[in-house]
Amino acid sequence: MSSRRVVLNFPPHLIDQPITYHLIRDYDLKVNILRARITPNEWGQMVVDINGNGENLERGLAYLAETGVVVQPLDREVRWLEDRCIQCSACVAHCPTQALTVDRATMAVAFHRDRCIACELCLNVCAYQAMEMSF
Amino acid sequence: MAKTIAEINDKIRQGKAVVCTAEEIIPLVRQKGLKQTAATVDVVTTGTFAPMCSSGAYFNLGHTKPRIKMGGGRVTLNGIPAYAGFAAVDLYMGATALAEDDPRNKVYPGRFLYGGGHVIEDLVAGRDVRLTVNAYGTDCYPRRSLDAWVRLADMNEAVLFNMRNAYQNYNVAVNLGEKVLYTYMGVLKPRLGNANYCTAGQLSPLLNDPLYRTVGVGTRIFLGGGQGYVVAHGTQHNPGVPRTAGGVPRVPAGTLAVMGDLKQMQARWLRGASFTGYGVTLAVGLGLPIPILDEEILAAAAVSDEELVAPVVDYSQAYPNCQGETLGEVTVAQLKSGEITVAGKKVATAGLSSYTKAREIALILKEWIVSGSFLLTEPVAPLPGPASGYAVKPFQERPWTPSPETV
Ligand code: SF4
Ligand code: SF4
Repeated sequence: MSSRRVVLNFPPHLIDQPITYHLIRDYDLKVNILRARITPNEWGQMVVDINGNGENLERGLAYLAETGVVVQPLDREVRWLEDRCIQCSACVAHCPTQALTVDRATMAVAFHRDRCIACELCLNVCAYQAMEMSF
Repeated sequence: MAKTIAEINDKIRQGKAVVCTAEEIIPLVRQKGLKQTAATVDVVTTGTFAPMCSSGAYFNLGHTKPRIKMGGGRVTLNGIPAYAGFAAVDLYMGATALAEDDPRNKVYPGRFLYGGGHVIEDLVAGRDVRLTVNAYGTDCYPRRSLDAWVRLADMNEAVLFNMRNAYQNYNVAVNLGEKVLYTYMGVLKPRLGNANYCTAGQLSPLLNDPLYRTVGVGTRIFLGGGQGYVVAHGTQHNPGVPRTAGGVPRVPAGTLAVMGDLKQMQARWLRGASFTGYGVTLAVGLGLPIPILDEEILAAAAVSDEELVAPVVDYSQAYPNCQGETLGEVTVAQLKSGEITVAGKKVATAGLSSYTKAREIALILKEWIVSGSFLLTEPVAPLPGPASGYAVKPFQERPWTPSPETV
């Protein structure tokens, strides 16, 4: 199994095409949509996590490029600096993907890197500079 | 069975004291009842770790050769102005102080990346801090300027002195407005987007001794990772508020003024904080031991999150305009569940006070007492209580007008 986190940029004429469907059916890939912004007649953008066997993954990405989707790696990453975190949970209500969560029994805060879409919303919320953008 | 503080201290010295945190005591009292638990448990420890803006530290830096009079001059530590209106080499650095050239909210919302709270954290961490002084020079203090590294270990006194800490209960902040608010209660999303609270709840110091029966002037406490003292009630102390049947305030009430030797403290319990759009402050770790002198004191210390309530306040209108209206009450248990209901709407909650750190402080304090390195103190004087008539007042604004002669 391999996985890749990428930004898919759809030109306007592809917006109504069932591209994700093909990716899933024809290449046997698991596509997890982390964030999507699709407006008719404009370039659309989707942040996805694609999982599958390595060969299928490469073929799927090649298919995307062929159809005209511009594929970019998700190069920004938000890191949680655990030793700077005071576990206040202020960030949790702002995170759209539950990448930051609280164990309600202990009130311990945890960061789930795999769910983070680098939206940066938590950066301004954390008073202790425990959430950091890295490129 | 009533005990005295002297008896408890004897047990601490003999290594026989039974100590529980304010969290551990809850199931114990539920199982064994008040009577039996009060007979066995000697001390309940509390803790809180949260931003507390009315904090700061004073320093005596020692005299330079030749001497310089910082008093009345201009002094900065890492670029942050320190208050120097004292004798020659005494300074005070407040938690919310900002550099003169900090952009503040000019580009809204400002980031406030460094300020007084961070200077205190850096010093406690043992880091070098740059001191600059501009003095006017006198016959006895001829030197006029100084630019040098200083560190905590080289100072004479370095003392954390916080005029208001450990607020007994606090508002839950929400935003009924249409735009994002950047407040000292964190970032509040519009239209009830989130509800921010700041309390350690069942672990919180003054919520466990709600009527100030054991805490008073001189009470030894955990402060910033070292041992400190309650010096008085804090500013804005307001004991005469509505209370629950258990005596716990339903709205913000009592406060503590505290002090302690900064050289004993640890940077992990004194953290500079940057609130976007608001400013800088200092997160302070504080823990209060409660001697279990009788069943009534134990009953109060065994309070649980389900029994504690906090008022929900709108920070788009009511708070900034000092209107004093609330949108109702919620329990701390509801706040900690991650969701409350305000005006019929489900609202996600977020904390500002760290519950896990509060628990850690209560456990450290417990360990100190069990191991005999922390003895309890008799208060020298009580704090003003609910019946004292002591109350906080709003500002009485009497606008200045020029006198006829100056016009
Ligand atoms: S950047 Fe922050 S808010 Fe956004 S998804 Fe990642 S953790 Fe959540
Ligand atoms: S806001 Fe910052 S300090 Fe608080 S829990 Fe989130 S990452 Fe940790």
